[in-house]
Amino acid sequence: MEYFLQQLINGVTLGAIYGLIAIGYTMVYGIIGMINFAHGEVYMIGAFISIIAFIVFGILGITFIPLALMAVLLSAMVFTAAYGWTVERIAYRPLRGSFRMAPLISAIGMSLFLQNYVQLAQGARVKPLQPVVTGGFEFFQGGSFTVRLSYIQIIIVVLTVVLMVGFSLLIQRTALGRAQRACEQDMGMAALVGVDVDRTISLTFVMGAVLAAVAGLLVTLYYGVIDFFIGFLAGVKAFTAAVLGGIGSLPGAMLGGILIGLIEAFWSGYFTVEYKDVAVFVVLVLTLIFKPTGLLGKPDIEKV
Amino acid sequence: MTRSPLLAVEHLTMRFGGLVAVDDVSFTAYDREITAIIGPNGAGKTTVFNCLTGFYPTPVGRLRLTGGRGEFLLERMDGFRIAQKAGVARTFQNIRLFPRMTVLENLIVAQHNVLMRASGYTAAGLLGLRRYRVAEHEALELARSWLDRLGLTAQSDWEAGNLPYGSQRRLEIARAMCTKPVLLCLDEPAAGLNPRESAELRGLLTETRDQHGIGILLIEHDMSVVMGISDHIIVLDYGSMIADGTPSEVRSDPAVIRAYLGEEETEQLPPEVAGDLHQEGRI
Repeated sequence: MEYFLQQLINGVTLGAIYGLIAIGYTMVYGIIGMINFAHGEVYMIGAFISIIAFIVFGILGITFIPLALMAVLLSAMVFTAAYGWTVERIAYRPLRGSFRMAPLISAIGMSLFLQNYVQLAQGARVKPLQPVVTGGFEFFQGGSFTVRLSYIQIIIVVLTVVLMVGFSLLIQRTALGRAQRACEQDMGMAALVGVDVDRTISLTFVMGAVLAAVAGLLVTLYYGVIDFFIGFLAGVKAFTAAVLGGIGSLPGAMLGGILIGLIEAFWSGYFTVEYKDVAVFVVLVLTLIFKPTGLLGKPDIEKV
Repeated sequence: MTRSPLLAVEHLTMRFGGLVAVDDVSFTAYDREITAIIGPNGAGKTTVFNCLTGFYPTPVGRLRLTGGRGEFLLERMDGFRIAQKAGVARTFQNIRLFPRMTVLENLIVAQHNVLMRASGYTAAGLLGLRRYRVAEHEALELARSWLDRLGLTAQSDWEAGNLPYGSQRRLEIARAMCTKPVLLCLDEPAAGLNPRESAELRGLLTETRDQHGIGILLIEHDMSVVMGISDHIIVLDYGSMIADGTPSEVRSDPAVIRAYLGEEETEQLPPEVAGDLHQEGRI
């Protein structure tokens, strides 16, 4: 029972991170119908920027941890957003209106480029970060197994929930969100009611990158080590989460993320750690075979 | 009353490969008037609209719009700026609402630019600042007034794709009007409407012209609509303009009659055939 509870906590934490990344996939797919395979790399860059920011703010003498965290969070968001915007501008926008495969291939190229760029610029060795947020709660201390809920896990889940609520409001209530939904349904018509379609798409990439940056920071804080290759696996898993939840659906991405996190945690906990990635990708295969629209996705027959 | 020109189309030509869809067409549409563009199928009417609303990157010719917002050369503008800055709105032959948005939202999204500016490009909107709430309230008021006028208030929360066909057509016009245009381009608004709906549409269009003081360009096959409400008619055939005038002038124009009904049969029969037919009493 205690062990189960611990895996549940770990799974939800992991799932929140996958969910944050998955939103970037699902929003981009919703609006331009392409899978942004470079999104995992954007997340990886978010993690690197976080580490660099920690060091820079450390040198500047900001040692009060909440303040340092806020500063790092903001810098990671801003710089990663700039990467997201640039990727769209140079790798996808020139190919808009081209055949369907073109931006997809360009995305794979962008993904390889970003990986190698970070490897060259930052080195291939893993980058450690000393634990910033330590401590936590412990339950059932008398029993055979002590359940730990660390502060960083609480931060991850709370921050994710806040961002999810914020982004849902943004999509539902604001003019920008309405413009995004309009572009998703009929880009030509959106332009004819005065929506700047190119800017709306750019902002979608920026929003995805901001969430990926938060995920990058949280992972850095959670695990304490990153390298230039973390974007690949996290990206594919978040993509799985987006497909499982129903690609194009925002709540679906979050639900898919949590489910993938739980599957991974329980599989590692009760079966084998070595095969946890296999478990996740079996889910991807099964979803694509039996329910390609995902859990919350709508069948989309008329998509152009 | 003096007529003030709103849109001057000068030597508009649009080619697709070897096909000349619109060939050197020039006409003027006036403010506070309904200008109909008619012609047989494939005459290039919709192509003219597509050139006006920036669907094609490089039409040849000049499209000069002189509305209340200043002078614009539409052929040099991007699609969305034509709607945003110049104030040209349009509807489609095959309806293009946002089908999975509610009826009300379709009208709000048309006021995107006003709201975007008021929300300080989203930041103020997220924080729910007063300035944005006021702008949003005004946008809702405008949208609701259109729904009242079209009798769609009860359906305002429906997904637009679930509305009956005739209501979708009227909603599309209302959405175009919510962008606060100076020129409204309607592509076959009466297609598929029954006679009662078509009469309602005529009322809606003349009211719109008179109350909002805008110019309307109208492509239409339903002659009861065209002849009933147009101030001015342009006739296209095979991409060229063959007539330009008031409804009564166009109606009696021989070139127009020829384009619609074809040449009168004046073939001479050989005498023996004519004689045979005469004997059999067929002639």
